[in-house]
Amino acid sequence: MQNYSLDDIYIRDFDPATEEIAIDTKNIRVFYGDKEAIHDVSLPFERYKITALIGASGSGKSTFLRSLNRMNDNIEGSRVTGQIMYRDIDINAKNVDVYEMRKHIGMVFQRPNPFAKSIYDNITFAPRRFGEHRKAVLDELVETSLKQAALWDQVKDDLHQSGLALSGGQQQRLCIARAIAMKPDVLLMDEPASALDPISTSTVEDTLLALKDQYTIIIVTHNMQQAARISDYTAFFYGGKALEYDETRKIFTRPKIKATDDYVSGHFG
Amino acid sequence: MDAKRADKLMTGVLYAVAGLIIIILASLLGYILWQGLPHISWHFLTSPAKSFEAGGGIGIQLFNSFYLLLLAMLISVPLSLGAGIYLAEYARNNWLTDVVRTAIEILSSLPSVVVGLFGFLVFVLQFQFGFSILSGALALTMFNLPLLTRNVEDALRSVSFDQREAGLALGLSRWETVTHIVIPSALPGIITGMILGAGRVFGEAAALIYTAGQSAPALNFGDWNPLHVASPLNIFRPAETLAVHIWKINSEGIQPDAAAVSAGASAVLIIAVLAFNLLARWLGNRIYRKVTAA
Repeated sequence: MQNYSLDDIYIRDFDPATEEIAIDTKNIRVFYGDKEAIHDVSLPFERYKITALIGASGSGKSTFLRSLNRMNDNIEGSRVTGQIMYRDIDINAKNVDVYEMRKHIGMVFQRPNPFAKSIYDNITFAPRRFGEHRKAVLDELVETSLKQAALWDQVKDDLHQSGLALSGGQQQRLCIARAIAMKPDVLLMDEPASALDPISTSTVEDTLLALKDQYTIIIVTHNMQQAARISDYTAFFYGGKALEYDETRKIFTRPKIKATDDYVSGHFG
Repeated sequence: MDAKRADKLMTGVLYAVAGLIIIILASLLGYILWQGLPHISWHFLTSPAKSFEAGGGIGIQLFNSFYLLLLAMLISVPLSLGAGIYLAEYARNNWLTDVVRTAIEILSSLPSVVVGLFGFLVFVLQFQFGFSILSGALALTMFNLPLLTRNVEDALRSVSFDQREAGLALGLSRWETVTHIVIPSALPGIITGMILGAGRVFGEAAALIYTAGQSAPALNFGDWNPLHVASPLNIFRPAETLAVHIWKINSEGIQPDAAAVSAGASAVLIIAVLAFNLLARWLGNRIYRKVTAA
């Protein structure tokens, strides 16, 4: 595999007048100890669109995603510099209430990780912690989130069974339901379908497309077809940098950077 | 020899070894119960011991054992929970936590008689608690704390990191994530460890000989004021436990029925420890099913 220059970069310009930006990242660098894993990445993410982050393993796409809701804070020795502007607030600043921020920026992980609780409790646990105790409201929340995650019909008869008793694809949709029950603005998804079979994957993809009306979705994926199928924008990561960021259709048909071209046509990765 | 025959042979050997262990354990258990059960009666379980004549019971020792266990667990459970949660969830990996972990390892392999002598020097003499339930409970805490802490830490660590991330990503604080997600998942393991620890404490003698003492003054079971000398709840009275009693009758007992009392007391002790173990398994499974909605 050849090495590509990290200086050949194309980042699409967004017009803030017509394209509302949900999250704007500026000069993001992520360090693990002394090692710099992400080198100066600045990407805006448009509201109510699906943006895919693609790239080979180790290209930094997951690391970048995890810095957006500061999940890297929990990893010893990691440090993120730069600005992450969300509603005119730099959420990467020291004094930001990280927990409050995460209510607005939800996340779904690579491996389904439902709590060892019932389906009902999986979804209502966090809302109850934040003070919602009215049963009717919680019931409604469970139903709407499960419906949005396309899981309602399969589980509505037994909401009190364990979330862990579900199949992998169902567990992942439960995790999506759990995340959207918090009514976040932005949903970060770290390869949410990589551990799933093709049928579950396509259900999850349909779910994402349906969620797009109400949520800004940023999704890391290994699967280029998936990025092509569901995303509006695609950022190609290579060696800890975003080399190309454009409308998905352009990335997959007329990429401007050689590395992107080689990657999407399957020459490496 | 071909692979299939070797496999068969080794399977046979393993069965034989396992069988041998079971036979040894079962015969030991059977012998103690067979020797001791005939001596167990309501009178034996409830009446005080006698020093010179036959017909003594183990009532006070039995009560002392349970009371001491209760106090020791009251002290060591919260401490071990705190320490275990800190080590598993909050402590960074640095030289300090390495020292703490090593210290815990060493403490947990300390012979209990050393713990007993330490308790004697510190609690009995230095703090002037005398031979008392309090000294005994503190010595048992010393003895039990490292193992319980280790158990809590291991139980928490066995909960997948994904669960913590799931909680944090929903905007829950670290403390909420630990208390409401990680601990419930780890609870069966924690409880099992606590009950097994209780069984270990219940059967402990060496750590108590020089701390809780070897005498069992008469108790007035009608007086529950912990400040009264003869009250069962008084924590400053000496309190010989069942295990210490067994050791004492066998080393210096002059009762005509010493052998019988010892056998009966041993049977009671072993039944209690067995009950702790079975309870641990039953409760662990039950709680797991409950919290996981499985």
